[in-house]
Amino acid sequence: MDKFTRRGRVWVLADGSGRLIEDIDTDQIFHNSFLHITEIAEMGQHALGNLEGWKDFPKKAGPGDIVVAGRNFGAGSSRQQAVDCFIALKVGVIMAPSFSSIYFRNAVNSGLPILRCAELDALVTGRQLETGDEVEVHFLEGRGHCLGKKQDFSLEPMSPVQRDIFRAGDLFAFGRLSDRKG
Amino acid sequence: MGKTVIEKIIQAHTADEAAPGKIVWLDLDVRSARDFGGPNVVKNYEREYAGMPLAGPSQTFFTFDLCAPACTLKYADSQQVCRDFARKNAIRVFDVDRGVGTHVLLEEGLARPNGTVIGTDSHMNILGAVGAFGQGMGDVDITFAFRTGKTWFEVPESVKVVLKGTAQPSALAKDLTLFLLKELGTKKIALRSAEFYGPAVAGLSLAGRLTLCSMVTEMAGIIGFIPECLTSTKEEIEELSGAPFSPLTADDDAVYTEVIEIDLQGLSPQVAAPPSPTNVYAATDLRGTKIDSGFIGSCTNGRTEDFAVAARILKGRRIKEGLMLKIVPATRRVYEELLDRGILKDLFEAGAIVVNPGCGGCAEGHVGLTGRGEVQISTGNRNFAGKQGKGQTYLAGPAVVAASCVLGHIAGPEDL
Repeated sequence: MDKFTRRGRVWVLADGSGRLIEDIDTDQIFHNSFLHITEIAEMGQHALGNLEGWKDFPKKAGPGDIVVAGRNFGAGSSRQQAVDCFIALKVGVIMAPSFSSIYFRNAVNSGLPILRCAELDALVTGRQLETGDEVEVHFLEGRGHCLGKKQDFSLEPMSPVQRDIFRAGDLFAFGRLSDRKG
Repeated sequence: MGKTVIEKIIQAHTADEAAPGKIVWLDLDVRSARDFGGPNVVKNYEREYAGMPLAGPSQTFFTFDLCAPACTLKYADSQQVCRDFARKNAIRVFDVDRGVGTHVLLEEGLARPNGTVIGTDSHMNILGAVGAFGQGMGDVDITFAFRTGKTWFEVPESVKVVLKGTAQPSALAKDLTLFLLKELGTKKIALRSAEFYGPAVAGLSLAGRLTLCSMVTEMAGIIGFIPECLTSTKEEIEELSGAPFSPLTADDDAVYTEVIEIDLQGLSPQVAAPPSPTNVYAATDLRGTKIDSGFIGSCTNGRTEDFAVAARILKGRRIKEGLMLKIVPATRRVYEELLDRGILKDLFEAGAIVVNPGCGGCAEGHVGLTGRGEVQISTGNRNFAGKQGKGQTYLAGPAVVAASCVLGHIAGPEDL
């Protein structure tokens, strides 16, 4: 598997009715009580700590897992911790129909694969994508495959800048590749 | 092809083509970090760029506003980490005495029309109120910008929001803003730059422009601009910032992906009920909802004018027994104006708790939290679950908050 492909177990952030939760804000992802934390390793335990029904996520999540969320994921604050907490848990990919602008940039800059997928709402309500499913995602081709359900879907490929930052590792490593940019 | 306001600002700060969808390298006039995010920036900088100079110390700032002065050891440590870094690198700190960073940058003449300003504050886009491109960013972005003076940015599409009709005189800037949140939700201007037009916004004072532009964040927009501006507001901005101000306008042939018309006719005071700023009702529909506390302040409603509105209602009255009203001016300068004009005295005599400037009361800072079961009415910009404690938060303008605190339940000034 190349750098731009990942396979992992899916966590679908859905509500009681089985629909993706929309507008999950950064206080639900990483509460402002813990903003003083600067060590990434200490952030994982607080991931989704204020999202009703998901407070045990850090105990359940494993390396390489894929988080699937509803539209406007990461609304609210500019806190990098809301991205870093997933990096601490070694989450492999975050997918949603859309993200808040700041959240999306923060993930791109930290080298966490973050991908927009317009089909997620239909896939989730149609039970073609459920928590526990194994999914393979191709970042550059913009396609995904749910192995258990034999379901293909498409997603927005990484943009050139996102691809280049991800390839380098993060924004800092990317900047060092050019004298003018870091 | 003509350019929208955001395209003009971006084009003035990049060698790349500022067209929607294009990623450009943007020159940043001001780079800042708060006591939230700031220590992370310092840590990143010392790990990635140890011994390397900042791109421009005179364009780099810390603004402490979240927990000011620190009431936890963690924040005290965080602020000291930033102060030490600032001393070592000869950059200026607007310390815990100064107030909300975005407002301080405005008052200092650092956030200028047509300028580019970033910081670790998701309401940095409030600076659209003075025609500056402000943008909140995370600590990785800010660290990179401290070192390089640049960032990458995808030029957003622009949408035109045209407001028609006349609101009732009792509906102020916050009511208009909450109504727009109801109409636009988090979808209609999401990830776009919005330009607001029409007499209702053209007639706003600086405080009103700040109220509207701050809550573009809650509409999921990149930023909002108000190209039309009263002469009195222009003068107000010039006096405050000490710099000439002319509102930036779009070209006649600028391209918008959408034009949205909204009718304000007869608009009355509005309130956003928990758990979202877009969950908006006419205040009269929520009249009678019992409240335990009130808060007036934040980047959204923390200017002198906002407190003057509250003071007019509270002068000669008392807030209801057993209820607390917290007052937090946006900046030290606002605080001074409130002192000079006797506004603080009116608020104090009505029973309010007057606190030093900052973000406390809106963020979980130095001004206290809501407890389980507590119902608060606030002039802040967010009422997400758990944002200011375990209680519930209703969002409103200063007039509705003041009247509600007198009566002990959600009410408008007309109910007094």
